[in-house]
Amino acid sequence: MSNYVESLGQLWGPLMVLGQIGLFTLVLLLSIAFLLLLDRKVWAGVMMRKGPNVVGPFGLMQSFADFGKFLLKEIVIPAGANKTVFLIAPILTCTLAFAAWAAIPVAPGTVSGTSWVISNLNVGVLYLFAISSLGVYGIIMGGWASNSKYPFLGALRSAAQMVSYEVSIGFVIVTVILLVGSMNLTDIVNAQEGGIWTWHAFSFQHFPLIVVMFPMFVIFFVSALAETNRPPFDLPEAESELVAGYQVEYGSTPYLLFMLGEYLNIVLMCALMTILFLGGWHGPFSLGEEFVRDHPFINAFSGLFWFMFKILILFILFALVKAIVPRYRYDQLMRLGWKIFLPTSLVAVLIVSGYVVYLGVQ
Amino acid sequence: MAVFAFYLIAAVVLVSALSVIMARNPVHSVLWLILAFFSSAGLLVLIGAEFLAMLLVVVYVGAVAVLFLFVVMMLDVDFVELKRGTLRYWPFAVLVGIVFAAEIVLASVVGTSEMTTNFDASPGAETNAEAIGQVMYTQYLLLFQMAGVILLVAMVGAIVLTLRHRPETKRQNIAKQTSRRRSDAYELKDPKPGQGI
Repeated sequence: MSNYVESLGQLWGPLMVLGQIGLFTLVLLLSIAFLLLLDRKVWAGVMMRKGPNVVGPFGLMQSFADFGKFLLKEIVIPAGANKTVFLIAPILTCTLAFAAWAAIPVAPGTVSGTSWVISNLNVGVLYLFAISSLGVYGIIMGGWASNSKYPFLGALRSAAQMVSYEVSIGFVIVTVILLVGSMNLTDIVNAQEGGIWTWHAFSFQHFPLIVVMFPMFVIFFVSALAETNRPPFDLPEAESELVAGYQVEYGSTPYLLFMLGEYLNIVLMCALMTILFLGGWHGPFSLGEEFVRDHPFINAFSGLFWFMFKILILFILFALVKAIVPRYRYDQLMRLGWKIFLPTSLVAVLIVSGYVVYLGVQ
Repeated sequence: MAVFAFYLIAAVVLVSALSVIMARNPVHSVLWLILAFFSSAGLLVLIGAEFLAMLLVVVYVGAVAVLFLFVVMMLDVDFVELKRGTLRYWPFAVLVGIVFAAEIVLASVVGTSEMTTNFDASPGAETNAEAIGQVMYTQYLLLFQMAGVILLVAMVGAIVLTLRHRPETKRQNIAKQTSRRRSDAYELKDPKPGQGI
């Protein structure tokens, strides 16, 4: 009997992890369904249209109807396509987009200094950076395997674009890592405790640095748009030039996976911005140490609420940008990345490291 | 559990590395190479060198291999033609193989047992990143900076070799474009009915 209980105890850890993975996946899928609808509704609202409003009340069930349609359609693989690579590409995109969420801390733990996260990595930021830099493979593989001109051109554009903007994203992340002195996402969030003024976007605890950190936040936001191929940087799938870029030959479930991966990456970028710059799960005002100690569960739930709320606000910003800003020309995109963002973020890294060495109180 | 994970990942590394040289399609070769890189990162995670693992993924998989793939996809080379006659070099290949195998065996036999049994990925520091930083910026500062300078020279050299000034290329003048005002672009006329401009 005791043997049985012991083995159950050993199983408990892996089972908890599996359960959390299942929960995260389910919540992410459900929220993507509604965020997609929100994206379309915001877009429609800016254009004074109604947007999807037929399926369910206010069109709430639209995403589920689309889901059913994608699943039931026949998978068409072009005759000259490289079959294996053609099918691996969307699966890779979607898997990587989900894998990144393993390191995202979504709420404070009931013990101070901890957080609710599937895997609390010491190199959490680097892990997310690595995973997001792998995202480009799904696009290149899809574009190449389609064996068609438009997808190939789209894939080439996308590869150049994502590699370019990763550089400035990397430097922006470095500024935050320098301020915190740790690459652990939980530590980064905890370093911003206190209220809206201590979030890294404003950095009042490192007073003069707001001049550096707020522009860094803006650079990160714009680079995130480019990294996720969102308008105004959606050149890989610019419909007036490339039909639909790397997605031209895709339909049915593989297309669904591409779409899912794309939106998951957008939400991931919103989450990353929330964690790095907007204080993660910390609300805009401090709850006070005593309250947090006495009511750890209320603290955890309010943390979860604030984290999701901030992601939602950032997602609406993403949707608004899509509706408002016209598409960039390709040379403008490259110029913005290499000639403006890269030098600016490099100078910011110098300033922040100088601050940490000479003025910081670490 | 760790041993099982090691053998699984190591098997993936070996199979994908073998496939790099066996694949007929060069793009498939690069894709297998990427899998090999990625799985090696998994091996690094297993010994606790998580910082190195992430760097491997970011630098090699995220940047270098993307450029590889980029170039290989766009090259229009007949690889069947290129591969013809490679069998002539088999004695050289065998020699290189023997040298490599001998080095690996030598290292594993002669190498200190301390290194192989009690491997510590972060000696004298809390994390792997900290341990690397502590030696890289103190003990090996000169070598580290020299490596940086050599890379810079290589980069400048590559640019100098490939830079061509072609006067016939049309360029975008961004300053001119952004300083354009509405009054430069068009003017409003108010033609009277039946008169024209």
